[in-house]
Amino acid sequence: MAEIRLKSLAHSYKSKPTSPNDYAIREMNHVWHQGGAYALLGPSGCGKSTLLNIISGLLSPSNGEVLFDGKKVNDIPPEERNIAQVFQFPVVYDSMTVFDNLAFPLRNMKMSEDKVHSRVIEIAAVLELSDLLKNKAKNLTADEKQKVSMGRGLVRSDVSAILFDEPLTVIDPHLKWKLRRKLKQIHEQFNITMVYVTHDQLEASTFADKIAVMYGGQIVQFGTPRELFEKPNHAFVGYFIGSPGMNLIKAKKCKGGLMFNNTLVQLNPEMQVLLDPITTSNIKIGIRPEFVHVWDDKAEGAFECDVLHTEDLGTYKIITMKLDGEVLKVRIHEDRIVPTKKAYISFPEQWLKVYVDEYLVDIDEPEDEVKETI
Amino acid sequence: MQRKVRDNKAWFLVLPVFILVAFSAIVPIMTVVNYSVQDIFDQNTAYFVGAEWYREMLRNPALLDSLGRQFFFSFSVLAIEVPLGILIALVMPTKGRMAAVSLILVAIPLLIPWNVVGTIWQIFSRADIGLFGYAVNAVGIDYNYTSDPTAAWLTVLLMDVWHWTPLIALLCYSGLRAIPEAFYQAARIDRASKWAIFRHIQLPRLKSVLVIGVLLRFMDSFMIYTEPFVLTGGGPGNSTTFLSQALTQMAIGQFDIGPAAAFSLIYYLIVLLVCYAFFTAINQLDKAK
Repeated sequence: MAEIRLKSLAHSYKSKPTSPNDYAIREMNHVWHQGGAYALLGPSGCGKSTLLNIISGLLSPSNGEVLFDGKKVNDIPPEERNIAQVFQFPVVYDSMTVFDNLAFPLRNMKMSEDKVHSRVIEIAAVLELSDLLKNKAKNLTADEKQKVSMGRGLVRSDVSAILFDEPLTVIDPHLKWKLRRKLKQIHEQFNITMVYVTHDQLEASTFADKIAVMYGGQIVQFGTPRELFEKPNHAFVGYFIGSPGMNLIKAKKCKGGLMFNNTLVQLNPEMQVLLDPITTSNIKIGIRPEFVHVWDDKAEGAFECDVLHTEDLGTYKIITMKLDGEVLKVRIHEDRIVPTKKAYISFPEQWLKVYVDEYLVDIDEPEDEVKETI
Repeated sequence: MQRKVRDNKAWFLVLPVFILVAFSAIVPIMTVVNYSVQDIFDQNTAYFVGAEWYREMLRNPALLDSLGRQFFFSFSVLAIEVPLGILIALVMPTKGRMAAVSLILVAIPLLIPWNVVGTIWQIFSRADIGLFGYAVNAVGIDYNYTSDPTAAWLTVLLMDVWHWTPLIALLCYSGLRAIPEAFYQAARIDRASKWAIFRHIQLPRLKSVLVIGVLLRFMDSFMIYTEPFVLTGGGPGNSTTFLSQALTQMAIGQFDIGPAAAFSLIYYLIVLLVCYAFFTAINQLDKAK
């Protein structure tokens, strides 16, 4: 089992929430499918850990339902939910050996000792902990400890989902990569649903098949890393994903497109039609630094910018430019000629996004890419 | 160019500490050592007697009795106060106004001067007018700490437990608060029982505060003087005369300064030795894989 469905879920830490700002989780519907590797990505304080604790049952949501395979589990305590959780700081039982740590959940379930033994040996082998089984958990390094706390989830054959709450925070960088691969390998081997909370986009995209980006207590986009990059549904996703994030410029509607300061950005007629009924003043133009086209020379229809400075990051360069008072970041390949003082750029139509009240105005809804069924 | 400075001026910086330690510890102890090897008749007449007082003291039945009593008392106190203190710390509320209220209530006995504690229990336990003593007698138990050694013992123990269990409780309480929430959450997910949580999470993490607590309580109870002195005066008979009191009687009551000095040094060494042994044992346990 373990399709995890969140139905009209909302949570507030206050007993009598009055405004939407009192909610750590704003009403959301979401499904984590059985066997998926998911990441929950967002900045600190966006409600990721709250959501995770609600799924595991450590927190009881103020509104809505948590369903495991269609069964409501709101009132079921975490110990009966068949879920394991790995925390930011590795939790090991200091006074026990590694073996006893791994055996702990099984012994609590009153499993017979020889079954415990074979199961622990098996999982220790997967996690490469076999040599350490007799050591006291207290003397392990941070990554070994984190493996032990992961192992306590894996030993239980009844566990159908493992939740990770920023598990690599305290791990050395060179070991992060190893551990992440181990996770991925375990995921493939055990067919367990995994939800991985992080604020690191690289971590999210290397681990997960699909990423849910959280912002202000809501999941603002759920998609593959590529979708998040190429077509951010929400201005925050554009800004948060990518390095550097999307250029977002506040603009006004005008004839033929959108206007910021004295610069007109032309839009195609379809988009103009879509924008027609919109009354809000919160309109933004978004384009990723990678997709800004830089001309070698003056070109027709190109905007003239002042080059402020250039950062050389090895395989690519980031140029900071000023276009009519607005600062833009542009990312170009290392082989390209870097314009000095003046640059001529244009925004290719397919990569130019328009955000109204922070949400993407979508023109090519169905198109070729078949929307993955949620 | 830097000139190499060679002087010993730094010693001046350490000097105040030297003087302080000398006057607070070394000089008084050496005075006692000096007394312990002499037989003093008056200011001008003193004879060197070597280890004679030490030999005599180790054969003195009254002092040996007190020493035995003292050990028994200290171990009883630890055996009661440590588990009880842990238990109180575990049930104390952690959040809200009740947490503050309970902290204050628990801390009150610690704030009372020792001789006042003795006086309180002296009156509280009296069979004729004391609330506690009268109540115990009223339910049909014959209880009079001034005439019955067992009752006197129990009263002294009870007083110490009342006075000092809060110390253990507060130390453990702070130790418990330092355990991150994630440990309890992980334990819930691992389906740990309450006992398993205590045994594998709380107790191991209380170890360092408990070491301090046990050491403090051992030293303090081993040197107890004021409270039983006020409560029972060491009686009935000598049944609650502990070492400090016996020594004080010998030194000040009988002016046997030489033997008293010898025994106080023995006393001092015992405290030092027990603490050292305990501390070493704990550290060894820690290192064991």
